[in-house]
Amino acid sequence: MRARRLITALLLCFLVAGCTGGEGTSDDGRITLRFQSLAWQEESVAVNKELVEEWNAAHPGVEVEYVQGSWDSVHDQLLTSFEGGEAPDIIHDASDDLADFAYGGYLADLRELLPERLRTDIPPHSWETTTFGEGVYGVPFLQEPRVLIANATWLRESGVRIPTPADPWTWTEFREVAKELSGGGKYGVAWPLKEPVSATLNLSLSAGGQLFHRDADGKVEVRFEEADAVVPRTVRDEVNADGSAPATTLGMGGSDTLPGFFGGRYAMVPLGFSYRQQIVQQAPEGFDWQVLPAPAGAGGLTQGVSPQTLSVAEDSPHKEEAAAFIDFLLRPENMVRLALGDWMLPTGTEALRDPALRTTEHDWATGAALAGYLRPAPAQSVRGYPEWKDKVATPAYQEYYSGAIDLGELRERLEDDGNLVLARYQR
Amino acid sequence: MRSSRVARTGQYLALVAYLVFLAFPFLWLVSTAFKPARELGSLHPTWIPRDPTLANFRQAFDEQPLLQAALNSLVAAVGAAVVAVLIATPMAYVMARHRTKLSRMATGWVVVSQAFPFVLVIIPLFLVLKNLRLIDSVPGLVMVYVVWALPFALWMLVGYVRAVPAELEEAAAVDGAGRLRTLVSVTAPLLAPGIVATALFAFVTAWNEFFFALVLLKTPEKQTLPVVLTHFIGAEGVADLGPLAAAAFLATLPSLVVFAVIQRRITGGMLAGAVKN
Repeated sequence: MRARRLITALLLCFLVAGCTGGEGTSDDGRITLRFQSLAWQEESVAVNKELVEEWNAAHPGVEVEYVQGSWDSVHDQLLTSFEGGEAPDIIHDASDDLADFAYGGYLADLRELLPERLRTDIPPHSWETTTFGEGVYGVPFLQEPRVLIANATWLRESGVRIPTPADPWTWTEFREVAKELSGGGKYGVAWPLKEPVSATLNLSLSAGGQLFHRDADGKVEVRFEEADAVVPRTVRDEVNADGSAPATTLGMGGSDTLPGFFGGRYAMVPLGFSYRQQIVQQAPEGFDWQVLPAPAGAGGLTQGVSPQTLSVAEDSPHKEEAAAFIDFLLRPENMVRLALGDWMLPTGTEALRDPALRTTEHDWATGAALAGYLRPAPAQSVRGYPEWKDKVATPAYQEYYSGAIDLGELRERLEDDGNLVLARYQR
Repeated sequence: MRSSRVARTGQYLALVAYLVFLAFPFLWLVSTAFKPARELGSLHPTWIPRDPTLANFRQAFDEQPLLQAALNSLVAAVGAAVVAVLIATPMAYVMARHRTKLSRMATGWVVVSQAFPFVLVIIPLFLVLKNLRLIDSVPGLVMVYVVWALPFALWMLVGYVRAVPAELEEAAAVDGAGRLRTLVSVTAPLLAPGIVATALFAFVTAWNEFFFALVLLKTPEKQTLPVVLTHFIGAEGVADLGPLAAAAFLATLPSLVVFAVIQRRITGGMLAGAVKN
């Protein structure tokens, strides 16, 4: 379906190529920049609009126009816009969506456009998520770790050790705790794995699993090693051997598990850090919950993320002004506002130190303590990854988690079938 | 006698089951639109909200320009319906009444064209829009919708025209009515239900359409409802469920109203046709 839409978009793009609008400059020399934002939560949209208004008030010569985009359709919509010469000047997206646009020449290389302050404020490992080849094609500014959202009362009453970022559970310990919390129709953990691949790969970094290995020539090969099996084996055993995780949630999205979590059916649910907002909104009165770090393995608390990004269109005639707006938007105090609006963590080190993100309210402090462990998602820059994920990895992981295939077959399919797919992109 | 009563009861039961099946998503949407956030996360959801609220509607209107988007959708859908019917009706009449080799070929082509992927239909449209500078304009979108709806509208109307007995037109001619008078006084009233049904089809198709609107309209003030509804959905499919349900409920209302109004006209037109026959 997605492929058909992409082909369609490409054909449309070809046809509309050359239909460029104005150059974004009015007769009086005033520049207009279009900023397409994907903010969607009430607080986040409000913050983005406020920041645009503040910029416009302070910069009468460069007006920024707020354009609302949507996560649901951003890839196809951007692809069409790029080819049609009507792309927004400033583009909000996620780092794992940028590779095709960067290699396609649609995004401006930001290395010479961004100020030193911003370049040094964001750690190198975050910049890796938007670096493709030699260029940097986006500014990573918001990210979220996957955490365990737990029923605090349940955990307290069970007497299990409560993990902290400084002293997390190991994967073995996590499995034992989940088993201990289970029984009587209740489960220690619910795994919402409707999209199993990114969740598995990102968490596998904690056990040292890389899965994608790049050789000296830059070619990538899938190798499913022992470290890559730690997380999948834990999930499968919890569902099929221990009975500490229900099989029914394997096909669910994160939000779908919340009613069962609130209803006392599951003690813990691994979710993105930003899900706290939904929990605050939807949890019954008096429901006591808390954020726990995901289990650690040989790689410690490390896990993969694909941060939200801000990019500049290569076709924009006002790249410097667009970069200046990004710099304004991502000043530490503004980055904090954006992070609070989205319930996520900023990438900027100065913003991360802000007391508002170190508070124990809604466990912001637990998330902030995990920020230093976040690394680029393993598949971030692997060409052919979307096809590998859709055609090979998703069904293979789903079948493995449900107990339909064993680890040997999972390995075989991820490696043999997967490398055939990747090879087509690396000729 | 008894077996026919059992059969009739079975038919009614099947009909009720089918109606319940059809109505379920809509009723659930209405229920969700009036539920506060805490009820949305309940493990034991209820049909009737325990603590009904209009907060979702307020939030939906605060966050997104729903009225403007609804107006844009209405303009595009009504425009598409009117233009499609204006073009399709005379074409359908000619194709139905004058069965030459050419009209048979045209009918065949229309039917075959329904099997084409829409990308083949839109290519010439984009060329035209490009030359006319109608990208990012509602009139441009209306053009796309008209062309998209036209083959099926034409196919529908040809059937309706053929259902009107040619003898009625011949009788009117014998009575001294001219060609135009015959068309206006005899054919058009009998054709009215078909025209209305075709317009309804074009309206609903355009009202619900998402992809063309997403691609063609860049300016936020010009976006249509289906595009604006996606703004309530976040990354990885996470949705702001309450406001989304409220906005989606409002988005379904115009279609329901149009159906309710036009359904009576379709029935009226059918009866008129029956009397004349």
